[in-house]
Amino acid sequence: MNNLRGIYTIWYRDLLRFWHDKMRLIGSLTFPLLFLFIFGSGLSARMGLLGPGIDFTRFIFPGIIGMTVLMSSFMAGVSVVWDREFGFLKEVLVAPISRTCVAVGKTLGAATVALLQGMLILLFAPLIGVSFSMWTVLALLPLMFLLAASMGSFGILLATRIRTMEAFQAVMQMLMFPMVFLSGAFFPVQGLPTWMNILVKLNPATYGIDPIRQVALGTQADSPFSLILFGHTMSIWDDVMILALFGLVTTVLAIWSFSNQE
Amino acid sequence: MSDYIIEVENLVKRFGGLVAVDDISFKVKVGEIFGFLGPNGAGKTTTINILCTLLRPTSGRALINGFDAVRQQSQVRQSIGLVFQDPSLDERLSGLQNLRFHAMVYNMPASVREQRIEQFLQMMQLWDKRHNEVRTYSGGMKRRLELARGLLHHPKVLFLDEPTLGLDPQTRHRIWEYILKLRQQEDTTIFLTTHDMDEANKANRIAIIDYGKIIAMDSPEKLKKMVGKDIISVKTDDDKRAAKEIELRYQIEVRHDSSGLTFEIADGEQFLPDFIKEFSHKILSVNLRCSSLDDVFLKLTGREIREEEVRDTLKAMVRQHGRRMRR
Repeated sequence: MNNLRGIYTIWYRDLLRFWHDKMRLIGSLTFPLLFLFIFGSGLSARMGLLGPGIDFTRFIFPGIIGMTVLMSSFMAGVSVVWDREFGFLKEVLVAPISRTCVAVGKTLGAATVALLQGMLILLFAPLIGVSFSMWTVLALLPLMFLLAASMGSFGILLATRIRTMEAFQAVMQMLMFPMVFLSGAFFPVQGLPTWMNILVKLNPATYGIDPIRQVALGTQADSPFSLILFGHTMSIWDDVMILALFGLVTTVLAIWSFSNQE
Repeated sequence: MSDYIIEVENLVKRFGGLVAVDDISFKVKVGEIFGFLGPNGAGKTTTINILCTLLRPTSGRALINGFDAVRQQSQVRQSIGLVFQDPSLDERLSGLQNLRFHAMVYNMPASVREQRIEQFLQMMQLWDKRHNEVRTYSGGMKRRLELARGLLHHPKVLFLDEPTLGLDPQTRHRIWEYILKLRQQEDTTIFLTTHDMDEANKANRIAIIDYGKIIAMDSPEKLKKMVGKDIISVKTDDDKRAAKEIELRYQIEVRHDSSGLTFEIADGEQFLPDFIKEFSHKILSVNLRCSSLDDVFLKLTGREIREEEVRDTLKAMVRQHGRRMRR
Protein backbone atom coordinates (compact mmCIF):
# COMPACT_ATOMS: atom_id res chain seq x y z
CA MET A 1 0.00 0.00 0.00
CA ASN A 2 2.81 2.35 0.98
CA ASN A 3 4.66 1.38 -2.16
CA LEU A 4 1.68 2.06 -4.35
CA ARG A 5 1.31 5.51 -2.83
CA GLY A 6 5.01 6.19 -3.43
CA ILE A 7 4.76 5.14 -7.07
CA TYR A 8 1.60 7.19 -7.49
CA THR A 9 3.22 10.31 -6.03
CA ILE A 10 6.26 10.12 -8.31
CA TRP A 11 4.01 9.43 -11.31
CA TYR A 12 1.63 12.24 -10.39
CA ARG A 13 4.43 14.80 -10.21
CA ASP A 14 5.63 13.90 -13.71
CA LEU A 15 2.14 14.41 -15.04
CA LEU A 16 1.77 17.72 -13.22
CA ARG A 17 5.01 18.92 -14.73
CA PHE A 18 3.90 17.82 -18.17
CA TRP A 19 0.69 19.73 -17.74
CA HIS A 20 2.55 22.86 -16.59
CA ASP A 21 4.77 22.68 -19.63
CA LYS A 22 2.45 22.95 -22.59
CA MET A 23 5.12 24.39 -24.85
CA ARG A 24 7.00 21.12 -24.59
CA LEU A 25 3.90 19.32 -25.80
CA ILE A 26 3.58 21.50 -28.90
CA GLY A 27 7.31 21.19 -29.57
CA SER A 28 7.30 17.45 -29.28
CA LEU A 29 4.41 17.07 -31.73
CA THR A 30 5.92 19.31 -34.39
CA PHE A 31 8.60 16.89 -35.49
CA PRO A 32 6.38 13.84 -36.04
CA LEU A 33 3.73 15.93 -37.78
CA LEU A 34 6.30 17.43 -40.14
CA PHE A 35 7.45 13.94 -40.96
CA LEU A 36 3.96 12.69 -41.53
CA PHE A 37 2.70 15.49 -43.72
CA ILE A 38 5.79 16.68 -45.56
CA PHE A 39 7.66 13.42 -46.02
CA GLY A 40 4.48 11.47 -46.38
CA SER A 41 2.87 13.74 -48.93
CA GLY A 42 6.13 14.38 -50.78
CA LEU A 43 7.03 10.73 -51.23
CA SER A 44 3.58 9.17 -51.56
CA ALA A 45 2.94 10.59 -55.00
CA ARG A 46 6.17 9.17 -56.42
CA MET A 47 6.20 5.84 -54.67
CA GLY A 48 2.74 4.67 -55.47
CA LEU A 49 1.38 1.78 -53.46
CA LEU A 50 3.70 -0.16 -51.17
CA GLY A 51 1.15 -2.87 -50.53
CA PRO A 52 -2.44 -3.56 -51.43
CA GLY A 53 -4.23 -0.23 -50.95
CA ILE A 54 -1.44 1.18 -48.81
CA ASP A 55 0.48 4.26 -49.95
CA PHE A 56 3.53 5.67 -48.24
CA THR A 57 1.62 8.03 -45.93
CA ARG A 58 -0.58 5.23 -44.68
CA PHE A 59 2.47 3.05 -44.28
CA ILE A 60 4.45 5.49 -42.15
CA PHE A 61 1.51 6.63 -40.03
CA PRO A 62 1.84 3.79 -37.48
CA GLY A 63 5.60 4.29 -37.67
CA ILE A 64 5.16 7.97 -36.78
CA ILE A 65 2.97 7.03 -33.82
CA GLY A 66 5.64 4.60 -32.66
CA MET A 67 8.37 7.18 -33.18
CA THR A 68 6.50 9.80 -31.15
CA VAL A 69 5.99 7.38 -28.28
CA LEU A 70 9.57 6.16 -28.45
CA MET A 71 11.19 9.59 -28.51
CA SER A 72 8.99 11.04 -25.80
CA SER A 73 9.47 8.16 -23.36
CA PHE A 74 13.18 7.75 -24.06
CA MET A 75 13.77 11.46 -23.56
CA ALA A 76 11.84 11.44 -20.29
CA GLY A 77 14.98 10.26 -18.57
CA VAL A 78 16.11 13.84 -18.92
CA SER A 79 13.91 14.69 -15.93
CA VAL A 80 16.17 12.61 -13.69
CA VAL A 81 19.24 14.49 -14.90
CA TRP A 82 17.32 17.74 -14.62
CA ASP A 83 16.25 16.94 -11.05
CA ARG A 84 19.81 16.13 -10.13
CA GLU A 85 21.01 19.43 -11.55
CA PHE A 86 18.33 21.43 -9.76
CA GLY A 87 18.65 19.52 -6.52
CA PHE A 88 15.15 18.05 -6.41
CA LEU A 89 16.53 14.53 -6.79
CA LYS A 90 17.88 14.81 -3.24
CA GLU A 91 14.38 15.47 -1.91
CA VAL A 92 13.29 12.29 -3.66
CA LEU A 93 16.28 10.23 -2.55
CA VAL A 94 15.97 11.09 1.18
CA ALA A 95 12.22 10.47 1.16
CA PRO A 96 11.03 7.38 3.03
CA ILE A 97 9.92 5.56 -0.12
CA SER A 98 11.91 2.75 -1.65
CA ARG A 99 14.09 3.38 -4.67
CA THR A 100 12.08 0.72 -6.45
CA CYS A 101 9.05 2.99 -6.15
CA VAL A 102 11.05 5.89 -7.52
CA ALA A 103 12.23 3.93 -10.57
CA VAL A 104 8.82 2.40 -11.26
CA GLY A 105 7.01 5.70 -10.70
CA LYS A 106 9.39 7.47 -13.05
CA THR A 107 8.96 4.79 -15.72
CA LEU A 108 5.19 4.91 -15.50
CA GLY A 109 5.25 8.70 -15.58
CA ALA A 110 7.40 8.68 -18.73
CA ALA A 111 5.16 6.04 -20.31
CA THR A 112 1.94 7.89 -19.53
CA VAL A 113 3.19 11.17 -20.96
CA ALA A 114 4.45 9.39 -24.08
CA LEU A 115 1.15 7.56 -24.48
CA LEU A 116 -0.76 10.84 -24.31
CA GLN A 117 1.44 12.28 -27.04
CA GLY A 118 0.99 9.21 -29.19
CA MET A 119 -2.77 9.50 -28.76
CA LEU A 120 -2.64 13.09 -29.98
CA ILE A 121 -0.94 11.90 -33.18
CA LEU A 122 -3.69 9.29 -33.56
CA LEU A 123 -6.17 12.15 -33.77
CA PHE A 124 -4.60 13.21 -37.07
CA ALA A 125 -5.61 9.95 -38.74
CA PRO A 126 -8.64 11.40 -40.57
CA LEU A 127 -6.45 14.10 -42.14
CA ILE A 128 -4.47 11.50 -44.06
CA GLY A 129 -7.56 9.53 -44.93
CA VAL A 130 -7.19 6.76 -42.38
CA SER A 131 -10.03 5.68 -40.18
CA PHE A 132 -9.60 3.33 -37.28
CA SER A 133 -12.32 1.31 -35.65
CA MET A 134 -12.85 1.57 -31.94
CA TRP A 135 -11.33 -1.89 -31.56
CA THR A 136 -8.23 -0.98 -33.49
CA VAL A 137 -7.65 2.02 -31.21
CA LEU A 138 -8.22 -0.09 -28.11
CA ALA A 139 -5.68 -2.61 -29.39
CA LEU A 140 -3.18 0.13 -30.25
CA LEU A 141 -3.13 1.76 -26.81
CA PRO A 142 -1.61 -1.11 -24.81
CA LEU A 143 0.98 -1.69 -27.53
CA MET A 144 1.92 1.99 -27.45
CA PHE A 145 2.11 1.84 -23.67
CA LEU A 146 4.38 -1.19 -23.72
CA LEU A 147 6.75 0.54 -26.15
CA ALA A 148 6.64 3.68 -23.99
CA ALA A 149 7.29 1.84 -20.73
CA SER A 150 10.24 -0.18 -22.02
CA MET A 151 11.87 2.80 -23.75
CA GLY A 152 11.08 4.96 -20.70
CA SER A 153 12.87 2.63 -18.31
CA PHE A 154 15.79 2.43 -20.75
CA GLY A 155 16.09 6.22 -20.80
CA ILE A 156 15.82 6.39 -17.01
CA LEU A 157 18.45 3.70 -16.62
CA LEU A 158 20.85 5.79 -18.71
CA ALA A 159 19.93 8.96 -16.82
CA THR A 160 20.82 7.47 -13.44
CA ARG A 161 24.37 6.95 -14.65
CA ILE A 162 24.82 10.30 -16.40
CA ARG A 163 25.68 13.40 -14.39
CA THR A 164 25.29 16.32 -16.76
CA MET A 165 22.64 17.56 -19.12
CA GLU A 166 25.14 17.91 -21.98
CA ALA A 167 26.28 14.31 -21.68
CA PHE A 168 22.70 13.09 -21.52
CA GLN A 169 21.78 14.98 -24.66
CA ALA A 170 24.80 13.58 -26.48
CA VAL A 171 23.94 10.01 -25.49
CA MET A 172 20.34 10.54 -26.51
CA GLN A 173 21.31 11.75 -29.96
CA MET A 174 23.69 8.86 -30.41
CA LEU A 175 21.14 6.25 -29.39
CA MET A 176 17.73 7.68 -30.14
CA PHE A 177 18.01 8.51 -33.82
CA PRO A 178 19.65 5.22 -34.80
CA MET A 179 16.90 3.45 -32.83
CA VAL A 180 14.20 5.40 -34.65
CA PHE A 181 15.73 5.04 -38.12
CA LEU A 182 16.52 1.37 -37.72
CA SER A 183 13.15 0.43 -36.29
CA GLY A 184 11.25 0.08 -39.52
CA ALA A 185 9.21 3.19 -38.75
CA PHE A 186 9.96 4.67 -42.20
CA PHE A 187 10.54 1.69 -44.46
CA PRO A 188 9.63 -2.00 -44.67
CA VAL A 189 12.25 -4.18 -43.03
CA GLN A 190 12.43 -6.78 -45.76
CA GLY A 191 15.23 -7.08 -48.31
CA LEU A 192 17.64 -4.82 -46.47
CA PRO A 193 21.43 -5.01 -46.82
CA THR A 194 22.87 -7.53 -44.37
CA TRP A 195 24.52 -5.06 -41.97
CA MET A 196 21.32 -3.07 -41.73
CA ASN A 197 19.23 -6.18 -41.35
CA ILE A 198 21.31 -7.22 -38.35
CA LEU A 199 21.03 -3.79 -36.70
CA VAL A 200 17.29 -3.66 -37.32
CA LYS A 201 16.77 -7.06 -35.70
CA LEU A 202 18.97 -6.13 -32.73
CA ASN A 203 17.05 -2.90 -32.18
CA PRO A 204 14.42 -3.36 -29.45
CA ALA A 205 12.31 -0.58 -30.95
CA THR A 206 11.71 -2.77 -34.03
CA TYR A 207 9.55 -5.03 -31.90
CA GLY A 208 7.53 -2.03 -30.74
CA ILE A 209 6.88 -0.62 -34.22
CA ASP A 210 5.95 -3.91 -35.88
CA PRO A 211 2.91 -4.80 -33.72
CA ILE A 212 1.61 -1.23 -33.93
CA ARG A 213 1.80 -1.44 -37.71
CA GLN A 214 0.24 -4.89 -37.77
CA VAL A 215 -2.74 -3.62 -35.82
CA ALA A 216 -3.04 -0.36 -37.76
CA LEU A 217 -2.77 -1.90 -41.24
CA GLY A 218 -4.19 -5.31 -40.44
CA THR A 219 -2.16 -8.51 -40.36
CA GLN A 220 -1.95 -10.37 -43.66
CA ALA A 221 -0.13 -13.49 -44.66
CA ASP A 222 2.83 -12.74 -46.96
CA SER A 223 2.56 -9.01 -46.29
CA PRO A 224 5.56 -7.11 -47.72
CA PHE A 225 5.83 -5.37 -44.34
CA SER A 226 6.19 -8.46 -42.15
CA LEU A 227 9.05 -8.66 -39.73
CA ILE A 228 10.85 -11.94 -40.27
CA LEU A 229 13.26 -13.22 -37.63
CA PHE A 230 15.30 -16.36 -38.47
CA GLY A 231 12.77 -17.28 -41.13
CA HIS A 232 9.87 -16.91 -38.74
CA THR A 233 7.21 -14.28 -39.44
CA MET A 234 6.70 -12.42 -36.18
CA SER A 235 3.18 -12.29 -34.84
CA ILE A 236 1.97 -9.50 -32.58
CA TRP A 237 2.49 -11.76 -29.59
CA ASP A 238 6.04 -12.64 -30.59
CA ASP A 239 6.88 -8.94 -30.76
CA VAL A 240 5.18 -8.22 -27.45
CA MET A 241 7.15 -10.98 -25.74
CA ILE A 242 10.51 -9.66 -26.94
CA LEU A 243 9.70 -6.03 -26.14
CA ALA A 244 8.31 -6.92 -22.72
CA LEU A 245 11.44 -8.91 -21.92
CA PHE A 246 13.58 -5.95 -22.90
CA GLY A 247 11.40 -3.65 -20.77
CA LEU A 248 11.65 -5.98 -17.81
CA VAL A 249 15.44 -6.11 -17.99
CA THR A 250 15.80 -2.33 -18.28
CA THR A 251 13.34 -1.78 -15.42
CA VAL A 252 15.22 -4.15 -13.14
CA LEU A 253 18.49 -2.45 -14.07
CA ALA A 254 16.96 0.99 -13.51
CA ILE A 255 15.75 -0.07 -10.04
CA TRP A 256 19.18 -1.44 -9.23
CA SER A 257 20.84 1.72 -10.51
CA PHE A 258 18.53 3.97 -8.49
CA SER A 259 19.18 1.93 -5.36
CA ASN A 260 22.89 2.55 -5.69
CA GLN A 261 22.64 6.29 -6.20
CA GLU A 262 24.83 8.31 -3.90
CA MET B 1 15.06 4.94 24.84
CA SER B 2 18.40 6.65 24.94
CA ASP B 3 18.85 10.34 25.73
CA TYR B 4 20.72 10.78 22.52
CA ILE B 5 18.94 11.32 19.25
CA ILE B 6 22.12 11.12 17.17
CA GLU B 7 25.01 8.82 17.98
CA VAL B 8 28.04 8.71 15.74
CA GLU B 9 30.95 6.36 16.34
CA ASN B 10 34.27 6.36 14.50
CA LEU B 11 32.73 7.53 11.26
CA VAL B 12 35.03 7.50 8.22
CA LYS B 13 34.29 8.42 4.62
CA ARG B 14 36.91 8.16 1.89
CA PHE B 15 36.50 9.28 -1.70
CA GLY B 16 39.31 7.47 -3.48
CA GLY B 17 42.45 8.71 -1.75
CA LEU B 18 40.74 11.68 -0.11
CA VAL B 19 39.59 11.26 3.49
CA ALA B 20 36.57 13.56 3.75
CA VAL B 21 35.47 12.41 7.22
CA ASP B 22 38.29 11.15 9.40
CA ASP B 23 37.17 9.01 12.33
CA ILE B 24 34.70 11.30 14.06
CA SER B 25 32.48 10.45 17.04
CA PHE B 26 29.85 12.58 18.76
CA LYS B 27 26.42 12.44 20.35
CA VAL B 28 23.54 14.88 20.19
CA LYS B 29 20.88 15.11 22.90
CA VAL B 30 17.16 15.29 22.25
CA GLY B 31 16.05 18.88 21.70
CA GLU B 32 19.56 20.24 21.34
CA ILE B 33 20.78 22.67 18.70
CA PHE B 34 24.05 21.14 17.60
CA GLY B 35 26.35 22.89 15.15
CA PHE B 36 29.18 21.81 12.90
CA LEU B 37 31.48 24.74 12.34
CA GLY B 38 34.32 24.76 9.86
CA PRO B 39 35.48 25.98 6.48
CA ASN B 40 34.08 24.50 3.29
CA GLY B 41 35.58 21.16 2.40
CA ALA B 42 36.03 20.33 6.08
CA GLY B 43 33.62 17.39 5.83
CA LYS B 44 30.45 18.97 7.20
CA THR B 45 28.18 18.24 4.27
CA THR B 46 29.65 14.76 3.81
CA THR B 47 28.78 13.97 7.43
CA ILE B 48 25.22 15.23 6.98
CA ASN B 49 24.85 13.20 3.81
CA ILE B 50 25.87 10.07 5.69
CA LEU B 51 23.50 10.82 8.58
CA CYS B 52 20.59 11.33 6.18
CA THR B 53 21.35 8.10 4.22
CA LEU B 54 22.47 9.79 1.00
CA LEU B 55 26.01 8.44 1.36
CA ARG B 56 27.32 5.17 2.74
CA PRO B 57 30.15 5.54 5.25
CA THR B 58 33.43 3.76 4.54
CA SER B 59 33.42 2.57 8.13
CA GLY B 60 31.93 3.47 11.50
CA ARG B 61 28.37 3.72 12.66
CA ALA B 62 25.66 6.37 12.81
CA LEU B 63 22.38 6.04 14.69
CA ILE B 64 19.57 8.53 14.22
CA ASN B 65 16.57 8.24 16.50
CA GLY B 66 17.94 4.81 17.37
CA PHE B 67 18.01 3.63 13.74
CA ASP B 68 21.10 2.66 11.81
CA ALA B 69 21.82 5.00 8.89
CA VAL B 70 22.96 2.12 6.68
CA ARG B 71 20.70 -0.77 7.61
CA GLN B 72 17.48 1.03 8.58
CA GLN B 73 17.40 3.73 5.94
CA SER B 74 13.66 3.93 5.66
CA GLN B 75 13.13 4.52 9.40
CA VAL B 76 15.95 7.05 9.47
CA ARG B 77 14.42 8.91 6.53
CA GLN B 78 11.06 9.02 8.23
CA SER B 79 12.69 10.51 11.35
CA ILE B 80 14.49 13.41 9.71
CA GLY B 81 13.85 16.63 7.84
CA LEU B 82 16.39 18.37 5.67
CA VAL B 83 17.22 21.77 4.35
CA PHE B 84 20.08 21.38 1.91
CA GLN B 85 22.82 23.82 1.12
CA ASP B 86 21.68 24.05 -2.49
CA PRO B 87 18.03 24.52 -3.36
CA SER B 88 16.13 21.26 -3.80
CA LEU B 89 12.68 22.42 -4.83
CA ASP B 90 10.78 21.59 -7.99
CA GLU B 91 10.86 25.05 -9.55
CA ARG B 92 8.19 24.21 -12.11
CA LEU B 93 5.61 23.38 -9.47
CA SER B 94 3.93 25.83 -7.12
CA GLY B 95 4.90 26.16 -3.47
CA LEU B 96 1.73 24.35 -2.48
CA GLN B 97 2.40 21.49 -4.91
CA ASN B 98 5.93 21.10 -3.57
CA LEU B 99 4.58 20.70 -0.05
CA ARG B 100 1.83 18.34 -1.18
CA PHE B 101 4.39 16.14 -2.90
CA HIS B 102 6.40 16.05 0.30
CA ALA B 103 3.37 15.25 2.45
CA MET B 104 2.35 12.39 0.18
CA VAL B 105 5.83 10.92 0.01
CA TYR B 106 6.10 11.07 3.80
CA ASN B 107 2.79 9.29 4.16
CA MET B 108 0.93 12.03 5.99
CA PRO B 109 -2.76 11.23 6.34
CA ALA B 110 -4.91 13.37 4.08
CA SER B 111 -6.84 14.80 7.03
CA VAL B 112 -3.71 16.32 8.62
CA ARG B 113 -2.02 17.20 5.36
CA GLU B 114 -3.88 20.26 4.12
CA GLN B 115 -4.29 21.80 7.53
CA ARG B 116 -0.61 21.48 8.38
CA ILE B 117 0.49 22.74 4.96
CA GLU B 118 -1.60 25.84 5.52
CA GLN B 119 -0.21 26.30 9.01
CA PHE B 120 3.41 26.22 7.78
CA LEU B 121 2.79 28.36 4.73
CA GLN B 122 1.13 30.96 6.94
CA MET B 123 3.97 30.88 9.40
CA MET B 124 6.56 31.32 6.66
CA GLN B 125 4.43 34.08 5.13
CA LEU B 126 4.09 32.25 1.84
CA TRP B 127 0.37 31.57 1.92
CA ASP B 128 -0.47 34.37 -0.52
CA LYS B 129 2.07 33.05 -3.02
CA ARG B 130 1.17 29.39 -2.66
CA HIS B 131 -0.13 29.02 -6.21
CA ASN B 132 2.87 30.69 -7.85
CA GLU B 133 5.55 28.58 -9.46
CA VAL B 134 8.60 28.30 -7.23
CA ARG B 135 10.92 29.68 -9.91
CA THR B 136 9.28 33.07 -9.40
CA TYR B 137 10.21 33.06 -5.68
CA SER B 138 13.11 35.07 -4.27
CA GLY B 139 16.05 33.30 -2.60
CA GLY B 140 14.66 34.01 0.85
CA MET B 141 11.21 32.73 -0.05
CA LYS B 142 12.67 29.52 -1.44
CA ARG B 143 14.64 28.96 1.72
CA ARG B 144 11.53 29.54 3.83
CA LEU B 145 9.59 27.09 1.70
CA GLU B 146 12.33 24.51 2.15
CA LEU B 147 12.25 25.07 5.87
CA ALA B 148 8.48 24.58 5.89
CA ARG B 149 8.93 21.41 3.87
CA GLY B 150 11.67 20.08 6.14
CA LEU B 151 9.39 20.48 9.14
CA LEU B 152 6.09 19.48 7.57
CA HIS B 153 6.18 15.84 8.68
CA HIS B 154 7.29 16.75 12.23
CA PRO B 155 10.75 15.19 12.05
CA LYS B 156 12.64 14.26 15.18
CA VAL B 157 15.79 15.83 13.77
CA LEU B 158 16.02 18.74 11.38
CA PHE B 159 19.27 18.94 9.42
CA LEU B 160 20.16 22.42 8.25
CA ASP B 161 23.12 22.53 5.88
CA GLU B 162 24.28 26.15 5.75
CA PRO B 163 20.69 27.32 6.21
CA THR B 164 21.25 31.00 5.49
CA LEU B 165 24.17 30.93 3.05
CA GLY B 166 23.91 33.74 0.54
CA LEU B 167 20.87 35.37 2.12
CA ASP B 168 20.64 39.01 3.17
CA PRO B 169 20.88 39.78 6.91
CA GLN B 170 17.19 40.55 7.27
CA THR B 171 16.06 37.25 5.78
CA ARG B 172 18.74 35.48 7.77
CA HIS B 173 17.35 36.96 10.96
CA ARG B 174 13.77 36.03 10.06
CA ILE B 175 14.69 32.45 9.24
CA TRP B 176 16.39 32.06 12.56
CA GLU B 177 13.32 33.41 14.31
CA TYR B 178 11.31 30.67 12.62
CA ILE B 179 13.81 27.98 13.47
CA LEU B 180 13.84 28.87 17.14
CA LYS B 181 10.07 29.19 17.28
CA LEU B 182 9.59 25.84 15.61
CA ARG B 183 12.02 24.14 17.90
CA GLN B 184 10.02 25.33 20.85
CA GLN B 185 6.73 24.21 19.38
CA GLU B 186 7.80 20.84 18.04
CA ASP B 187 10.72 19.99 20.33
CA THR B 188 12.79 19.16 17.26
CA THR B 189 16.50 18.50 17.55
CA ILE B 190 18.44 20.72 15.20
CA PHE B 191 21.70 19.75 13.55
CA LEU B 192 23.25 22.52 11.56
CA THR B 193 26.44 23.11 9.64
CA THR B 194 27.77 26.57 9.12
CA HIS B 195 30.85 28.62 8.62
CA ASP B 196 29.07 31.69 9.87
CA MET B 197 30.01 32.72 13.41
CA ASP B 198 26.74 34.43 14.28
CA GLU B 199 24.88 31.34 13.28
CA ALA B 200 27.20 29.07 15.27
CA ASN B 201 26.56 31.21 18.36
CA LYS B 202 22.91 30.14 18.29
CA ALA B 203 23.82 26.50 18.94
CA ASN B 204 23.85 24.86 22.37
CA ARG B 205 26.96 22.96 21.41
CA ILE B 206 29.44 23.25 18.60
CA ALA B 207 31.88 20.85 17.05
CA ILE B 208 34.66 22.60 15.23
CA ILE B 209 35.66 20.50 12.28
CA ASP B 210 38.70 20.85 10.06
CA TYR B 211 40.13 18.44 7.48
CA GLY B 212 37.51 15.85 8.43
CA LYS B 213 38.38 15.80 12.12
CA ILE B 214 36.59 17.26 15.14
CA ILE B 215 39.20 19.47 16.79
CA ALA B 216 37.01 20.89 19.57
CA MET B 217 33.50 20.35 20.88
CA ASP B 218 31.69 22.38 23.54
CA SER B 219 29.21 25.21 24.08
CA PRO B 220 30.09 28.44 22.23
CA GLU B 221 30.71 30.21 25.56
CA LYS B 222 33.16 27.62 26.76
CA LEU B 223 34.92 27.46 23.42
CA LYS B 224 35.40 31.19 23.53
CA LYS B 225 36.85 30.90 27.01
CA MET B 226 39.56 28.70 25.51
CA VAL B 227 40.97 31.76 23.83
CA GLY B 228 40.45 33.38 27.18
CA LYS B 229 40.95 37.05 27.03
CA ASP B 230 38.71 39.95 26.15
CA ILE B 231 40.08 42.89 24.27
CA ILE B 232 39.65 46.44 25.58
CA SER B 233 40.39 49.57 23.57
CA VAL B 234 40.53 52.98 25.30
CA LYS B 235 41.06 56.54 24.13
CA THR B 236 42.17 59.10 26.71
CA ASP B 237 43.25 62.73 26.73
CA ASP B 238 46.86 61.62 27.28
CA ASP B 239 47.50 58.16 25.88
CA LYS B 240 51.20 58.03 26.74
CA ARG B 241 50.75 58.51 30.45
CA ALA B 242 47.61 56.48 30.54
CA ALA B 243 49.49 53.55 29.04
CA LYS B 244 52.09 53.74 31.76
CA GLU B 245 49.45 53.86 34.48
CA ILE B 246 47.69 50.74 33.15
CA GLU B 247 50.93 48.82 32.76
CA LEU B 248 52.00 49.63 36.28
CA ARG B 249 48.71 49.00 37.99
CA TYR B 250 47.63 45.77 36.24
CA GLN B 251 51.00 44.38 35.17
CA ILE B 252 49.90 43.87 31.57
CA GLU B 253 51.13 44.80 28.16
CA VAL B 254 49.47 47.76 26.46
CA ARG B 255 49.58 48.40 22.73
CA HIS B 256 49.71 52.07 21.78
CA ASP B 257 48.92 53.29 18.30
CA SER B 258 47.13 56.14 16.55
CA SER B 259 43.69 54.77 17.35
CA GLY B 260 44.39 54.59 21.09
CA LEU B 261 45.33 51.90 23.57
CA THR B 262 44.47 48.19 23.45
CA PHE B 263 45.11 45.51 26.00
CA GLU B 264 43.81 42.02 26.82
CA ILE B 265 42.19 41.08 30.08
CA ALA B 266 40.72 37.83 31.38
CA ASP B 267 37.24 38.92 32.37
CA GLY B 268 36.51 42.18 30.62
CA GLU B 269 32.95 42.68 31.77
CA GLN B 270 33.86 42.65 35.46
CA PHE B 271 37.10 44.51 34.94
CA LEU B 272 35.63 47.49 33.11
CA PRO B 273 33.51 49.22 35.84
CA ASP B 274 36.36 49.24 38.38
CA PHE B 275 38.82 50.32 35.74
CA ILE B 276 36.74 53.34 34.78
CA LYS B 277 36.12 54.34 38.42
CA GLU B 278 39.76 54.19 39.47
CA PHE B 279 41.44 55.51 36.33
CA SER B 280 43.01 58.96 36.85
CA HIS B 281 43.02 60.13 33.23
CA LYS B 282 40.03 61.38 31.33
CA ILE B 283 38.53 58.61 29.19
CA LEU B 284 37.23 59.73 25.79
CA SER B 285 35.93 56.35 24.66
CA VAL B 286 36.13 52.73 25.68
CA ASN B 287 35.34 49.52 23.79
CA LEU B 288 35.14 45.93 24.99
CA ARG B 289 35.31 43.11 22.47
CA CYS B 290 34.75 39.54 23.59
CA SER B 291 36.78 36.84 21.95
CA SER B 292 34.74 35.28 19.14
CA LEU B 293 34.50 31.84 17.62
CA ASP B 294 36.63 33.34 14.87
CA ASP B 295 39.41 33.69 17.40
CA VAL B 296 38.83 30.12 18.56
CA PHE B 297 39.13 28.77 15.05
CA LEU B 298 42.20 30.91 14.45
CA LYS B 299 43.84 29.66 17.60
CA LEU B 300 43.08 26.01 16.86
CA THR B 301 44.04 25.94 13.20
CA GLY B 302 46.18 29.01 12.65
CA ARG B 303 43.84 30.07 9.85
CA GLU B 304 40.91 32.44 9.60
CA ILE B 305 37.60 30.88 8.69
CA ARG B 306 36.50 34.06 6.96
CA GLU B 307 39.06 33.97 4.19
CA GLU B 308 37.32 30.94 2.89
CA GLU B 309 33.87 32.36 3.41
CA VAL B 310 34.23 35.15 0.87
CA ARG B 311 35.32 32.69 -1.77
CA ASP B 312 32.38 30.41 -1.05
CA THR B 313 29.85 33.18 -1.32
CA LEU B 314 31.28 34.12 -4.69
CA LYS B 315 31.20 30.52 -5.77
CA ALA B 316 27.56 30.21 -4.73
CA MET B 317 26.70 33.32 -6.70
CA VAL B 318 28.43 32.03 -9.81
CA ARG B 319 26.65 28.72 -9.46
CA GLN B 320 23.24 30.37 -9.15
CA HIS B 321 23.96 32.58 -12.11
CA GLY B 322 25.18 29.68 -14.21
CA ARG B 323 21.97 27.83 -13.56
CA ARG B 324 19.83 30.69 -14.60
CA MET B 325 21.77 31.09 -17.82
CA ARG B 326 21.25 27.49 -18.75
CA ARG B 327 17.49 27.55 -18.43
